[in-house]
Amino acid sequence: MERIRMVFSGSGGQGVITAAIIIAEAAVLHENLVAVQSQSYGAEARGGATRSDVIISDTEINFPKVTYPNLLVCLTQEAYNTFSPIIRPGGFLITDTRYVKTHTKVAARQRELPMYQSVMDEIGKPIVFNICMLGAVIGMIEIVKPESIMKVIETRIPAGLIDINRKALELGIKLGEPFKG
Amino acid sequence: MNEKNIKFVQGNEACVEAALYAGLNFFAGYPITPSTEIAETLSARLPQTGGKFVQMEDEIASMCAIIGASLTGNKVMTATSGPGFSLMQEALGYAVMAEIPCVIVNVQRGGPSTGNPTHVSQGDVNQARWGTHGDHAIIALTASNHQDVFSITVDAFNMAETYRTPVILLFDEVIGHMRERLIMPEKGEIPLVERLKTSVKRGVDYHPYLPREDGRLPMSDFGGVHRYNVTGLFHDMWGFPSSDPAIVHGLLRHLADKIMNNENSIARYKEYFLEDARTVLISYGSSARSALHVVKNRRARGESLGLLELQTLWPFPADIVREKCENAKCVIVVEMNMGQVLQQVKTAVDNPEKVFLANRIDGVLINPTDIRNIMRLIQGKGV
Repeated sequence: MERIRMVFSGSGGQGVITAAIIIAEAAVLHENLVAVQSQSYGAEARGGATRSDVIISDTEINFPKVTYPNLLVCLTQEAYNTFSPIIRPGGFLITDTRYVKTHTKVAARQRELPMYQSVMDEIGKPIVFNICMLGAVIGMIEIVKPESIMKVIETRIPAGLIDINRKALELGIKLGEPFKG
Repeated sequence: MNEKNIKFVQGNEACVEAALYAGLNFFAGYPITPSTEIAETLSARLPQTGGKFVQMEDEIASMCAIIGASLTGNKVMTATSGPGFSLMQEALGYAVMAEIPCVIVNVQRGGPSTGNPTHVSQGDVNQARWGTHGDHAIIALTASNHQDVFSITVDAFNMAETYRTPVILLFDEVIGHMRERLIMPEKGEIPLVERLKTSVKRGVDYHPYLPREDGRLPMSDFGGVHRYNVTGLFHDMWGFPSSDPAIVHGLLRHLADKIMNNENSIARYKEYFLEDARTVLISYGSSARSALHVVKNRRARGESLGLLELQTLWPFPADIVREKCENAKCVIVVEMNMGQVLQQVKTAVDNPEKVFLANRIDGVLINPTDIRNIMRLIQGKGV
């Protein structure tokens, strides 16, 4: 398989790092792939720019950071302004229409998706925004199966919240699938 | 290997799994980034296995608590980062002097002082060696991936018992926080060294600092059947203070020799493509991952590049470094400080002029491009 390098960026508290962990863990535990997840963040628990790097591959990964991502997710304007220049030409740049106004022309497949709005309309709970984003990611690039993501989510959250997470994941897949490539 | 043995964890969690595998049953610590997950995970795990977790008021108390707990017969550990490691130095020296088996994890962040809490550094290499005062020897180990974090942590516990000494695990922020696969070894797969206990019975005089013929000192659980003294002062075989020059000389020599004479058996390292390497990279911890990336990449293009990854930093494996660099035209030390291991390599090799530094000190993991650019400069090709 082609090595996939992803950067998830946003603001502390949006679940960006959690989403990165979930997709990487799903790849390792349920798809028999190799994955490395790392992060950089400030000292704040909420707010502040957050970035998490995930590499998924079928061979050993040495350098664990991503320099030029094939897939970049920006969930805040600050994250978009900071990280959009590093997208690998031809890669996917996913932003949320509520939080990000795109302005630069990049040599990437720029996808502006109403993820937050869809979550609020269909589910009404912003906590699953990050899972909807993961759905959009795996809708566009088939790296891991939705069931693998769900298996990981099921081990991490209370049983009562599993349904809204599944709904959020499916919602995201629907938003991402039309842009599959 | 079955599915339940595979975990996707942070390096800090891999360290915890290994410590529990090695028999850790007492942890005292004060949480600090980027080591916090070690304390956090152990606060949940230790009580489940009948062990004790204590969150102390600070790092001085943490170090003192594990010394006491070790003396009573427990396998002990604490975890911290630079600022806390500084506070531990006095008690660390006490553990060296009193010969207390214990493991101290320092997940390095940028320093000096509170420095750069959430960012990577390898600036505490020399502090691990000489942070506490007085002549002494110390063991410090490190690793660059989670499987190795596991095995080197078990090694740390084994060496602490074998040599009756504090052992420092010198990880870094990238290794501590990064997540990757860990395959949990089965019980018994990695041999464990258990506490060497005295065979002296209750009611018979026990000399805590009287070595056996092989030089090892059997211990008696403090507070158990024997009464004995433990002190940070130079001491005789009963553990009582002494300034008798012969005793002072003998003890200091013993503290150094028990480790320095075993330099080669304490040495842990990995080598990649060294057989015919004209350029040898030497690295350790997270920066070794970047170095390995460069080596594999350049090998694929036909360049004769190799990597010596050090896992034992102290005692510095000078013989091994000298031997592995013998045929190299150029040796490049890749690290994230201003040349702490570089100085050791320069001292170890026959020709120090061929040793160069590829470093980064800005809190960012040195990347393969940094290393390639520095290599080009060294080769006179410009960046």
